[in-house]
Amino acid sequence: MALVWIFPYVWMTLTSLKPLPEILHRPTALLPSSPTVAAYREVWGSIDVGRYLVVTLAMALAIAALQIALALPAGYALAKLRFRGRGMALGLVIACLLIPTQMTFVPIFLMFAKLHLVNTFLSLVLPFGASALGTFMIRQALLSVPDEIVEAARLDGASELTIVYRVLAPIVRPTLVALFLVSFVFHYNDYFWPLVMTTDDSVRTLPLGIALLREQGTGVRWHVIMAANVLLSAPVLALFSITQRSLVRGIAGR
Amino acid sequence: MSAKTRPWLLLAPTLAFFFLFVFLPVGVALYQSFFSWDLLTPPRWVGIRNYTSLISTGALLSVLGRTLLFAILVVLGTTASGLGLALLLNREGRFFAFVRASIFSAYVVSWVAVSLLWLWILDPDRGLVAKLLSLIGITDVRLLSDPKSVVPTLAVVAVWKITGYAMVIFLAGLQTIPTSVLEAARLDGANAWSRFVHILWPMLKPTTSFVTTTSLILAFQAFDIIRIMTQGGPANASKLFVYAIYEAVFLNLRVGEASALTVVFFVVLLVLSLGQFHAWRAKA
Repeated sequence: MALVWIFPYVWMTLTSLKPLPEILHRPTALLPSSPTVAAYREVWGSIDVGRYLVVTLAMALAIAALQIALALPAGYALAKLRFRGRGMALGLVIACLLIPTQMTFVPIFLMFAKLHLVNTFLSLVLPFGASALGTFMIRQALLSVPDEIVEAARLDGASELTIVYRVLAPIVRPTLVALFLVSFVFHYNDYFWPLVMTTDDSVRTLPLGIALLREQGTGVRWHVIMAANVLLSAPVLALFSITQRSLVRGIAGR
Repeated sequence: MSAKTRPWLLLAPTLAFFFLFVFLPVGVALYQSFFSWDLLTPPRWVGIRNYTSLISTGALLSVLGRTLLFAILVVLGTTASGLGLALLLNREGRFFAFVRASIFSAYVVSWVAVSLLWLWILDPDRGLVAKLLSLIGITDVRLLSDPKSVVPTLAVVAVWKITGYAMVIFLAGLQTIPTSVLEAARLDGANAWSRFVHILWPMLKPTTSFVTTTSLILAFQAFDIIRIMTQGGPANASKLFVYAIYEAVFLNLRVGEASALTVVFFVVLLVLSLGQFHAWRAKA
């Protein structure tokens, strides 16, 4: 039964190593009879893989970093400070947790069009600057940090920002790592948002570029599409195999 | 920072982002849904006509029905296969760890890669599925271009993609069940099936409701797989909710209609999400 999950990847890789005549005449032969990396060269030749990849990595990194930078102080306020309206603030965060981007993309697109921000790096990053899930995860993690640590830092004369970024951040590091990975992988893979925010090639991302490769009428050139697929998947699969524990932890929300 | 303003200053950046990119857009969508606008000429007030025409043309009902069918198939498939695999693979050893990781990796890979991969596997002329079916005498199967089979086929691909997620959640749920309970049942002579029915299933209930609501919401948000594999076709047979919104605004330039669909989507998701939130609280 597990083969149902494993074999498609194998099939993807095997297909990517076949030359065109084999795709045409023996498409379902298991092994390529004369394996070649021609398909990879063709992907490289037809789309600017390097530039797409740079944009994608920069976008995913920027979003993940911004989310952590903003969620730390917000999570701290919600977990460690007592003030009027805290319940309401937490309610707002949870409300955002329930509203996906599929519901906000039309108005945000119109807003960005008005501000001439469509086709810019900012339009890819800004809407994800604050993460409701991240804020919530950090709040939960900080709840289990003893108050004495905060009080001791305060007695030492530390400012609130020092407490947040220098004292507490290292303590909840596993949560931050998990949050970073989940956010990075999600946005690296994302197709929907870059699709609706771009109308030309200026800031297109890799998933978009590869989906376009198929739309350009590659016809039966499946070996090329599969090679592009391998290129797209390899970085996240490598990241996953290195950081499995943290990533699973983050995705399971623990 | 004074003690009173301090929390709000720390929250300000986050709340500002939420206001700009969540609450304001939802308000704008509601507002736009009362106008007819093609992005070229000025918007025109039409009251609730965007809603009434969505209902009278039957467009809303058919999109909702299709999305619901897709969602139900995805939820049932994901929950069953996720639970099954979790029970099967909840074992020590490197081999099982490798199999678990492989299954989960489908969840980690982009929807784009998964959609393109399955497009190839399901290719009617050269794909693996066509080849396998021809071995048992079934030829000329076009799962993605037959209006009857397209939504179930897409659901199978989606289940393949997110089963790993469900499996991981179920595995975590299984960890919380004390082995002593299962051991005691075994000593009392309970077989595997009755251990499942009387111990595992009841104790996994919060986990199951978490998995079903999460996959339900994921299914309602499906877009990439539709855009890449079918573009809503054939003849709109796979036009699910988010794709319908996308098509209304970006292909048909009907902002009002897209906004009205968004508002309905908001209400549907709100109901589903409240369910999810309850399940989540029960789990935590």
